[in-house]
Amino acid sequence: MSVEAITITLVVITFIIYTGIGWWSRVKDTSSFYVAGQNVPTVANGAAIAADWMSAASFISMAGLVAFLGYDGTIYLMGWTGGYVLLALLLAPYLRKFGKFTVPDFIGDRFYSSSARAVAAIATIFISLTYISGQMRGVGIVFSRYLQVDIIVGVLIGMAVVGFFALLGGMKGVTWTQAVQYFVIIIAFLIPACAISAQLTGNPVPQLSFITSDIVERLSQIQIDLGMTEYMAPFTNLSMLNVFMMTLALMAGTAGLPHVIVRFYTVKSVRAARWSAVWAIIFIGLLYLTAPAVGAFAKYNLIDTIADKPVEEVQDIEWVKKWETTGLLQFDDKNGDGNVNYTAGDDNEVMIDGDIIVLSTPEIANLAPFIIALVAAGGLAAALSTASGLLITMTSAVSHDIYYRIFNKSASEAQRLRVGRITLLIALLVAAYVGINPPGFAGEVVALAFGLGAASLFPVILLGIFDKRMNKEGAIAGILTGLVFTLFMIGTILSESIFGTEGALIDSFFGINAQGVGVVGMLLNFIVSFIVSRMTTEPPQEIQELIEDVRAPEIDEDVS
Amino acid sequence: MNQKKQLNERQKWYWKKNIRFIISLLVVWAAVAYGGGILFAKPLSNIQLFGVSFSFWIAHQGAIIVFFLLILTYAIRMDRLDREYAKLLKEDREG
Repeated sequence: MSVEAITITLVVITFIIYTGIGWWSRVKDTSSFYVAGQNVPTVANGAAIAADWMSAASFISMAGLVAFLGYDGTIYLMGWTGGYVLLALLLAPYLRKFGKFTVPDFIGDRFYSSSARAVAAIATIFISLTYISGQMRGVGIVFSRYLQVDIIVGVLIGMAVVGFFALLGGMKGVTWTQAVQYFVIIIAFLIPACAISAQLTGNPVPQLSFITSDIVERLSQIQIDLGMTEYMAPFTNLSMLNVFMMTLALMAGTAGLPHVIVRFYTVKSVRAARWSAVWAIIFIGLLYLTAPAVGAFAKYNLIDTIADKPVEEVQDIEWVKKWETTGLLQFDDKNGDGNVNYTAGDDNEVMIDGDIIVLSTPEIANLAPFIIALVAAGGLAAALSTASGLLITMTSAVSHDIYYRIFNKSASEAQRLRVGRITLLIALLVAAYVGINPPGFAGEVVALAFGLGAASLFPVILLGIFDKRMNKEGAIAGILTGLVFTLFMIGTILSESIFGTEGALIDSFFGINAQGVGVVGMLLNFIVSFIVSRMTTEPPQEIQELIEDVRAPEIDEDVS
Repeated sequence: MNQKKQLNERQKWYWKKNIRFIISLLVVWAAVAYGGGILFAKPLSNIQLFGVSFSFWIAHQGAIIVFFLLILTYAIRMDRLDREYAKLLKEDREG
């Protein structure tokens, strides 16, 4: 069988499994639709969090990003894992104790205000929508690269599959498909990683051979010889200030992403929320401890194969041919000497897209066609699992928080469920639309989503739990300050790609770039909400009791 | 009334201990990620750990392992604290 035939077979099998789970978990009540009936087992929730969290970007792009940033790639490695410490210690247990359906639920109740609820719901929709465009696009790209299907068709197929299990099963369907998708993602990521590790170092455990072998050292040396920056040396691509700020923005942003937070509502107790964070970091860590090894190994192998070799000889290699046709790898023999000059300067003759690091590894390591098909299925699983989590989060913000909690408080259970499903369908169409017509600044979308999460929702939830004196005036002022400041700064720093201005309106905020500026928005949020809350009246008695209750230990059957 | 006061005392004790756990774990979190991985990256890159420098290892792998240990420690210690709290309540009830 050809690679395409095996890929199609494998993709179809996984899609049948996902839709089958959707059919098996179809739901009839809002609690199941929004929070999976709050009885998801701890380990399954950990796997679901991991799949929900690890997007197309984590699976396809991150190892490549790290490979080209060297040491400074830590912004993604630490930044996209460290937020779980904040979630597990500061947010998850209390939100589970609060025990309702959504993030705006908590903010609206805690700050006794429909305005606060509406602001939180709008922030949730905005963050999720920016994020989902990249996921639907990721589905289309995997389809087009592996099966030569048009990107639009790919997006539509992905939409149909997600739509099926999310409409039928709501959060319950999403949860169980995510748990299965995690295992597809991790197997697809680990097998090529182990193979390339065994091939280059003789040790099949990439997480270990990364430090025990001398590949990283040799990569460092080759890069110096080619006039590039030293791989292992810190702050050669980004300033220390930016590495600090970007890492913090991604961590706090993680803790402020509504689709991640809401996963902690789906377990049965506070204790289970804490333990599902443990499982989540184990499952996520497995991929994140492997990614830096894949990045370094594949980059070393790539440079070793092409640098200073005759162009014709290089272009004759099977995988080089394939990836040249996709445009991810390009040669241009500028000086006409017949050799591939790979340098950091103007005389560089190689164009490498970072995504090639993960996508081409199975071919470089000479793995069976089955593994190449598996990587395609893994990429799809990563994109679909995140898309479905975002979809249900957007849906709940509209149908639960805005429709039910603000406009129609007397809606019946059946009405709410119907509105939920209709909203989900609309959200799905919107997601497919932005996937097919991505905004011109698709690459900056991640910075935007995380920056806004860090600057708006994270501080407000944190203060709602830990600062009893925080009132609605403070929270609303803080959340608006954080949102407006961060949107304004990202808009002006990235104005060239977002609004098409000539050059950026401003270079940076005192040296902090667009991806790190959310941290400043977060600090402003904290400062403004503190000052405003102290100048206005304290929250009413029943709210203070609500906070006491959220903080109090949960003594139920599993302790006493 | 007296019983309610006692319950409040217990909850205060529980919250204080919880806050102390959280702060001590977050100090480690910040020290490893932002200290070891970023602020002291240059001096620590002179220390060698097998084939890589120590700070490079923290930034690319070590910090993630520490994050896991922190979350695990918190879950275990809070389980223990929950049990201690339940025991105290039981003692209060039985006098």
